[in-house]
Amino acid sequence: MSEELFPEPEWLSEEVKTGTTIIAVTFDGGVVLGSDSRVSAGEAVVNRVMNKLSPLHDKIYCALSGSAADAQTIAEIVNYQLDVHSIEVEDDPLVCSAATLVKNISYKYKEELSAHLIVAGWDKKKGGQVYATLSGLLTSQPFAIGGSGSFYINGFVDAEYRKNMTKRECQEFVVNALTLAMGRDGSSGGVAYVVTIDKDGAEEKCVLGNELPKFFDQ
Amino acid sequence: MSSIGTGYDLSASTFSPDGRVFQVEYAMKAVENSSTAIGIRCKDGVVFGVEKLILSKLYEQGSNKRIFNIDRHVGMAVAGLLADARSLSEVSREEASNFRSNYGHDIPLKNEEIKIRHKHLADRVAMYVHAYTLYSAVRPFGCSFILGSYDEDDGPQLYMVDPSGISYGYWGCAIGKAKQAAKTEIEKLQMKEMTCRELVKEVAKIIYIVHDEVKDKAFELELSWVGEVTKGRHELVPKDIKEEAEKYAKESLEEEDDSDEDNM
Repeated sequence: MSEELFPEPEWLSEEVKTGTTIIAVTFDGGVVLGSDSRVSAGEAVVNRVMNKLSPLHDKIYCALSGSAADAQTIAEIVNYQLDVHSIEVEDDPLVCSAATLVKNISYKYKEELSAHLIVAGWDKKKGGQVYATLSGLLTSQPFAIGGSGSFYINGFVDAEYRKNMTKRECQEFVVNALTLAMGRDGSSGGVAYVVTIDKDGAEEKCVLGNELPKFFDQ
Repeated sequence: MSSIGTGYDLSASTFSPDGRVFQVEYAMKAVENSSTAIGIRCKDGVVFGVEKLILSKLYEQGSNKRIFNIDRHVGMAVAGLLADARSLSEVSREEASNFRSNYGHDIPLKNEEIKIRHKHLADRVAMYVHAYTLYSAVRPFGCSFILGSYDEDDGPQLYMVDPSGISYGYWGCAIGKAKQAAKTEIEKLQMKEMTCRELVKEVAKIIYIVHDEVKDKAFELELSWVGEVTKGRHELVPKDIKEEAEKYAKESLEEEDDSDEDNM
């Protein structure tokens, strides 16, 4: 009886996904990563302030998308593996090592996992790099976007990206891209998290909703 | 040979009263019975030279190589029991290959910062060699080997691992029966200022100098290098350069013989 009067909301049994917009862009001397902060389970927003930019090492971060649990777990495992690796080789790990570790897990368990991580960071051999690891592939790209919100900004990033931007220009580019995606994708929203990594380290910033740039949306 | 270690030398798991593990020392003697191998690091690469004794005229030329490729950018020259050395080269290859598969880039032999020195592949293989000095069920490896590599960013590196499982970094090192004589010759070189091309000739000359004509008769020289000249790949020295190096070596020997006669 009580079940009919008060049916359990669907979202309680939906998988928790980070319907998301994530983006990582290289600039001359480092990378900038950006993400939105909405975690949805079906139609409900389960967390409106989640930081989807997860540190793998001092100067290597990854952006999470897809299933929240899968993505977080991969990030934690790789964080541990990189710690061990950097102690063994007695040096900061290379970004390609971090990306390869993520790719090895994504590929081996590709039937069971559903997560796409973008790995980006700075190392002294090749400077700022961005790697996409969707479904277990591994490519190095000047910039990468991911998540459900990324489909709405494909044209924007293709048109607006330029090589060798300055740090400021790159940060603006990332925030603009996130804002546009969050404006159109129902599964993305909240605040924008931005992480800038260069030879001096990683700098995290949170851009609140009212500070985001305004585009034509009367 | 007097049996110094009577009773305490039967297994690697036993110390002697004066704190030595005789089995490991005996393993090092096995290395000293083998013919000489040297490795020298110069400004832009590493050169290996091995005196390969020919025990029979029926041997095919170039067989029983004592220089191995461990990875594209790493070479290994060995002295001691050749079968042990081959097994260790397989181990090294696996380590290098697994590293590349797990971490997506070439295994560092060593990464030199201003004061910190450390070595990854050399460490991993040395750990493996050391493991065989702990138990009575196995015997230590009867070979020493020299690992050398070249990388654009880190430059040339040279490491030697001996049967006890220690690894040392070197600018120039020698293993095998004439290692003392070879070391003396190596010390005379200004290797930090030489290039690989110059060094190849000197390495050939040293092998020719330390070779004992009376006891060992015929030998074949194995030469390999890795450096800027090979774009970071470890390769056997090309035939024409090797012949030039051997010619230089033979001529230098004759000059020295002549000058000895004059002095008398």
